[in-house]
Amino acid sequence: MTAPPLLEARGIRRRFGHVHALDGADFSVAAGEICALVGDNGAGKSTLVKILSGADRPDEGEILLAGEKVRLESPAVAQRLGIATVYQDLALAPELAPFENLFLGREAMRPGLLGWLGFVDRSAMQRRAAEQFADLGVRLRSARVPISSLSGGQRQSVAIARAAMWANRVIFMDEPTAALGVVQTGRVLNLIRQVRDRGIAVVLISHNMPQVLEVADRIEVLRLGRRVARFAAAEASVERLVAAMTSGSAEAARTPA
Amino acid sequence: MTAAIHPARETEADAPSAAERWQHLLGGGWIFILLLALIAIFAVLRPAQFGSSYNLSMLAVNAAILLVLSVGQTFVIIAAGIDLSVGTVLVFASITSALVMLHLSGASGSTYGTTSGGWGVVLAGLVVALLSGAFWGAVNGVLVAVARIPALIVTLGTFGMALGFAQIMTNGTDVRAVPETLVDRIGAGTLAGIPVLVLIAVATAALGGVVLHLTRFGVHVFAVGSNEEAARRSGIDVRARLIAIYTLSGTLAGVAAMMSTARFATTTIGGHAMDNLATISAVVLGGTSLFGGIGSIAGTVVGVFIPIVLLNGFVILGIPPFWQTVATGAVLVLAVWIDQLKRRARERG
Repeated sequence: MTAPPLLEARGIRRRFGHVHALDGADFSVAAGEICALVGDNGAGKSTLVKILSGADRPDEGEILLAGEKVRLESPAVAQRLGIATVYQDLALAPELAPFENLFLGREAMRPGLLGWLGFVDRSAMQRRAAEQFADLGVRLRSARVPISSLSGGQRQSVAIARAAMWANRVIFMDEPTAALGVVQTGRVLNLIRQVRDRGIAVVLISHNMPQVLEVADRIEVLRLGRRVARFAAAEASVERLVAAMTSGSAEAARTPA
Repeated sequence: MTAAIHPARETEADAPSAAERWQHLLGGGWIFILLLALIAIFAVLRPAQFGSSYNLSMLAVNAAILLVLSVGQTFVIIAAGIDLSVGTVLVFASITSALVMLHLSGASGSTYGTTSGGWGVVLAGLVVALLSGAFWGAVNGVLVAVARIPALIVTLGTFGMALGFAQIMTNGTDVRAVPETLVDRIGAGTLAGIPVLVLIAVATAALGGVVLHLTRFGVHVFAVGSNEEAARRSGIDVRARLIAIYTLSGTLAGVAAMMSTARFATTTIGGHAMDNLATISAVVLGGTSLFGGIGSIAGTVVGVFIPIVLLNGFVILGIPPFWQTVATGAVLVLAVWIDQLKRRARERG
């Protein structure tokens, strides 16, 4: 591996009663790469992502951000450190416009006294949202209509654009194309590449192996709560990924990444 | 960068499409047109009576108290809540404030049934009314936001409790001696020819509109009503916002309590049981969605006037006033139906 890891997890353990969801899991992602995190159901992907995005805390193990140990006590702490998550249900307000969703909870305020009184600066938010969408190549039918009138792909794009607006380091994306058609999936994958090209570390959680191979730069495989394999995308294939996911075979695990 | 944005915006974003304009009309425009049509019809049929400045000013005074309550209800409903307690919180606040004002003013006033209390006494009464309203609003807010009990049940409970406590404090009889200053200067007073009650309502609606549509608090009201979970994950303190929203509604019921006492020169324990439904129908008539996330103060102003203009027009035309109840009910159902159609139209894209 050439680039030093931006976010790294070492020996993460997390137990729920007698279940070892994570049993000494390692993970790393570098700036400016798309790293797919794959594994069978129950391999511990979602627990690991929750821990790395501050939504859950590990029993053991350490998390390093840019080489320094960090404690991700809450999603808010993670967000302050530049880590965001695009949830599968997107967490958008359907009645609000795309620009309002981009600034949800982080509204731009009017300068001076009006801002102190709590007045928001709608035109500044609209302008910056338009810039953000243009930069990322997101084309919306209209920037003013409510989210609920947009297509699934456009909603996904708004959710990703919002994450990229506020997280400058790591973005986790949970099945970002699960509900989308072919054309929309292509657009969303392009958007994910755009986000990576900004130098953000993108962690993609997906069950869609061909898609993982298409978009990811690197792939890490979890099995039974541990990392069992790491691949560079060029040397991975669906067969090898499935073999690692199901058997965690030594052959797969030894493969240099 | 700007060059890259503009082509897309000009072709796709800026000009509202015909469908969008149609949706906007469905959203709130039609009810405003309905109000104008009603006014036009009554004004043409009975120009002398309906169009008289006395009648128009009575219309506005009749709307004033309901409008203040409805402004608070608008915030609550946009946040996907409901406040059934507004009317009896008004009663509670008017009883506590009237009792305090009665206690503070010793002698009788020059008119029968009033007391000599001056502006100081009225101010003390106002503070008590606002605090009483804010108290019940905060109770509603905490039970909804922290205990997570459905707003319908919470405010139905406080509806009963506020009324019950008001009756306990007075043994069920109204406080009929209120300061003469309050009755003369606020209740029946005018400023530049406009009734003071109307000015208070206009100021409340204007302030409510500014807060709802221009401030961060207002944005958060819409966000909480649109998707509470999304608001929470975005770092909005949903609990604090909900408590503030219900407290605002209660406080405005306190304002309305003083207006009611001033107007009728007595508390009105029996007179506000239907205020909750009147405000909810006004808010919904005004295009605010019962499902939260959509609404406006301007719409609520229109919604408040529809039943009042209907009643007034029917009385002037000699139609039995009971028809007003029928007509308002029908318009309300129509308004909710149109809200549903609008949602479906949007979700189809």
